Amino acid sequence: MPHRLELIGITKRFPGVLANDNVSFSVKPGEIHALLGENGAGKSTLVKMIYGIMQPDAGEIVWDGQRTVIANPKAARALGIGMVFQHFSLFEALTVLENIALGMDAKIPARELEARIRAVMTQYGLLLDPHRTVATLSVGERQRIEIVRALLLDPKLLIMDEPTSVLTPQEVEQLFEVLRKLAAGGCSILYISHKLHEIKALCDTATILRGGKLVDTCDPKAETSRSMAEKMIGAGLKDIVRAPGRTMGAPKLVVSRLSTKKSGHFDVPVDGVSFTVKAGEIFGIAGVAGNGQNALLDALSGEILGEDKDAITIDGYPLGLLDTTGRRKHGLCAVPEERNGHAAVGDFSLSDNSILTARNRLHMVMLGLINSGAAKTYTGKVIADFAVKALGPGSTAGSLSGGNLQKFIMGREILQRPTVLVVSQPTWGVDAGAAAAIHQALVDLAAEGSAIVVISQDLDELLALCDTLAVINAGQLSEAQKVGEVSVEEIGLLMGGVHGTSEARDAIPA
Amino acid sequence: MEMLIPIIVTLVGAATPILIAALGELVAEKSGVLNLGVEGMMLVGAIAGFVAQFYTGNPYLALLCGAFAGAAVSLIFAFLTLSLSANQTATGLALTIFGTGLSALAGAPYSAKPIALMAPLFPDMLARDPFWRVLFGYSFPVYFSFFMVAAIWWFLKRTRTGLILRAVGENDHSAHSIGYSVVGVRYAAVVFGGAMAGIAGACFPLLLTPQWAESMTAGRGWIAVALVVFASWRPLRLLAGAYLFGLVMTMELYAKAGGGVLAIIPSELWAALPYLATIAVLVLISLRRDASTNAPACLGKPFMPAN
Ligand SMILES: Nc1ncnc2c1ncn2[C@@H]1O[C@H](COP(=O)(O)OP(=O)(O)OP(=O)(O)O)[C@@H](O)[C@H]1O
Ligand SMILES: [Mg+2]
Repeated sequence: MPHRLELIGITKRFPGVLANDNVSFSVKPGEIHALLGENGAGKSTLVKMIYGIMQPDAGEIVWDGQRTVIANPKAARALGIGMVFQHFSLFEALTVLENIALGMDAKIPARELEARIRAVMTQYGLLLDPHRTVATLSVGERQRIEIVRALLLDPKLLIMDEPTSVLTPQEVEQLFEVLRKLAAGGCSILYISHKLHEIKALCDTATILRGGKLVDTCDPKAETSRSMAEKMIGAGLKDIVRAPGRTMGAPKLVVSRLSTKKSGHFDVPVDGVSFTVKAGEIFGIAGVAGNGQNALLDALSGEILGEDKDAITIDGYPLGLLDTTGRRKHGLCAVPEERNGHAAVGDFSLSDNSILTARNRLHMVMLGLINSGAAKTYTGKVIADFAVKALGPGSTAGSLSGGNLQKFIMGREILQRPTVLVVSQPTWGVDAGAAAAIHQALVDLAAEGSAIVVISQDLDELLALCDTLAVINAGQLSEAQKVGEVSVEEIGLLMGGVHGTSEARDAIPA
Repeated sequence: MEMLIPIIVTLVGAATPILIAALGELVAEKSGVLNLGVEGMMLVGAIAGFVAQFYTGNPYLALLCGAFAGAAVSLIFAFLTLSLSANQTATGLALTIFGTGLSALAGAPYSAKPIALMAPLFPDMLARDPFWRVLFGYSFPVYFSFFMVAAIWWFLKRTRTGLILRAVGENDHSAHSIGYSVVGVRYAAVVFGGAMAGIAGACFPLLLTPQWAESMTAGRGWIAVALVVFASWRPLRLLAGAYLFGLVMTMELYAKAGGGVLAIIPSELWAALPYLATIAVLVLISLRRDASTNAPACLGKPFMPAN
């Protein structure tokens, strides 16, 4: 049987980087093929060439046994290649239906398209209202649009660039069912992810890239997550090191009855959330996406202005009425989940992005003038300490690969030594080695006496990192529990719990 | 009622060119291109329309010439901003200055030479009764403007091409990564906007004052640009807005002519009113939430694909 897709000597150069260096491998029909590598290894670049967004500088693409030039995404779709992007290619002001229609080449009447979308959504259990505007959807829901859009094309090769980084465990399980069904029907799948246990569960073959070169091919089922991570990095993987006999100090961050209003836009508001984080403690907030995490982060960071000054206090000092800048001055720094456009400005240099959040804490502004030397030095330190792959402080944030930008943003906040750090999805899209480094940095920061709040959907991450854990559901926070005293099942129940019980309650006749 | 008819007729005459030009600009802006050269394109369309009418006496041909002239100068704008990624604001301003100068130069030999006004579209007998005249007494561009309001609404809302156009204005990079030609769509939208501005310009000699005068569009191109924002990029609101401004301008004319109560306010103030109204309405609209969210997210930003 001929290979579905064969790459021969693909090379792609960007100014200053060789993103792909003579990469050759092939994918069989019905095969689920993983593409692994560190942040910036060139995975996204490689699949963009397969999908016709970019052209290789050298090398050939062979499709179903025939040499092909894939001039643009339309040509790729005509061949039967579908793609789910790492950074969404969605139009926020348009509806789900319109977004999907834009990805279809055939002209299909809106009504028929809607029927087909609903059919695919029910078939694969991906639920969405086709008439919602994308701007009002959560990140996880947006991802579903991309997946539905790709599935509607009946692809022969489906490329997924980190599709699960924002999905809940249940959603991931569902997606895997979908992918296995597709593969059983003969569709090949090229799957990029940093979550190695997913690769083990799903993929038949794995191709590993490092620095743009193909370094290894392996059978993920015969490997451990650790051995694959070490192949990617080309070195041993470090475990989180905690100083023995750590003690926690006095309560640092006290949040009491914090609520936000429903803004009509985005997500669920938070409703009477209270918790306390002690000095040196890492406090985890688990929960299924879209349960008020965004509102909680915005309310803590000061992006949503509060009405009660005592709702948030640090060392007893009320911060509730301050804005983002005021809270940063008092030691509360935050990292939102959306890194492009929210945590960083893509068109700005890294140095300018540092100034945006670190200007007051690190005295980068004097008498209204920017001290660009200080900003550059600081940015250089972030790049070095967090092993960010970038040409230097002058490169624009938008030119970094997804994971590298995340490393930069985390580093920028952690090195400011905040008293309280609130982060959302700290390792979203970050490779195993870098994730370990970020986790270690958070643990070290806590050891120095900072209070840390980690909002994440990745339960494994929270269990490995946190001292205390609470679950957010429909805007309400559960009791905090000590990690180690609580089982994964209990947390899982809490994550889905309130929905389940309220349904059950509704079902009981009055 | 009898007294109102001339007012309504003047109002329609004042509103029509603004509406046509604004519809063209709306389409261009929906694709993400801010073309501030509307005034210049209108003037070029005006002189082209005038010259065609002067030599052929065929007003339809004159409108067509206006459209072609407007489209031609808009191509210069498109080339500079889309192919060479020049700054859209600066290029648009330059286009207005260029269009003003070019039309003045081309129009110099024609000053004080009258042409025929465009005749009403429907036969006289339909428009004899005053009431029917309000409906059937106008020439082609008036009906054309109404038709275009509906057509553009339908195009943007209901057709696939319209959807692609909105998508390009909303997120150029996503549109590019799905495989649409951002620059191609924007070229088409800008040229359409230019043609509409040209037609709007040709309306001045053909409907309003049947001779050539330098800068005869008198800043209406700017009102058209403002109107697009005021209408939050919605064709039906554009219609309402154009007629609101038409009304204020008509009142200005009556005030100048010394028409009773209107004369209490000095005519200079009347002349400023349409502009004041623009500002007032803009402020009011911007207080509303949905107005800003309807703005094309990529408006005015040059598109440079990664590769
Ligand atoms: N448009 C571009 N211009 C310049 N350099 C680029 C561009 N796109 C990617 N690069 C560079 O090419 C390299 C490979 O990037 P790529 O996005 O393919 O990495 P990746 O393997 O997908 O990483 P991640 O896991 O973080 O998504 C990186 O060094 C990146 O900075
Ligand atoms: Mg990538």
